[in-house]
Amino acid sequence: MPQTILLAIEWLSVLLILAGALLSVLSAFGLIRLPDVYLRSHAATKSSTLAVMCVLSGVFLYFASAMQTVSINILLGIVFFFITAPVAGHLNGRAAHRSGVPLWNRSIRDELAEAGRSDKAPDANTGQPADDAETDADTGKSDAKDS
Amino acid sequence: MQTVLLISMMLLALAITGCLFRVLKGPSIADRIAALDTIGVNVAAEVAVAGAYMRSTAYFELVLLIGILAFIGTVALARYMERGRVLNAPDDSAGD
Repeated sequence: MPQTILLAIEWLSVLLILAGALLSVLSAFGLIRLPDVYLRSHAATKSSTLAVMCVLSGVFLYFASAMQTVSINILLGIVFFFITAPVAGHLNGRAAHRSGVPLWNRSIRDELAEAGRSDKAPDANTGQPADDAETDADTGKSDAKDS
Repeated sequence: MQTVLLISMMLLALAITGCLFRVLKGPSIADRIAALDTIGVNVAAEVAVAGAYMRSTAYFELVLLIGILAFIGTVALARYMERGRVLNAPDDSAGD
């Protein structure tokens, strides 16, 4: 009886690995076909994170069932990719917006540029003048007012 | 079961090839950085599946190492594209 359960878990883990590989292909397809940096970042970050978490969970279950070894490295890798892949996508998108990469010509609105423009003079081109010093001063003022 | 693992490795290789197309073609640097980050994540997954295919636990440190290196590389490239330098110079380190 435990042999059949182990075999079922092993097949489940292999199917999880296959699902992760298919999600990764889907992520690459979105990265090729989408028209914009920001839309491509949407494809490259989210589905790629889900794909690598599926694959690593499948490998963890495979080794736990087929070879009776529980690997802490794979668990640590799952947590690490879950934390760092969205952070990297966010940093990349912010850097692209600040360095003036244009949006798709059918994008409706640009909320980050609007937020930057409301802080400073209205003739700012890409939300560039919302620099760090001014936001630091604003947050410091609000903190002082709250306390 | 080994066949399914082999098919998964081929699919991951196909995904890496698609990301490589975006690295070569991408019109801006941000496209290339996003595609390189996705390549790093996919290589980590591929190494994990290869370890499962060969039934060896020797590759699992490599998964974590590739993940950390891909993240640090993405952060460094994004900072370089945003500010023109990766680390702060000692003169203006008080500004940031």
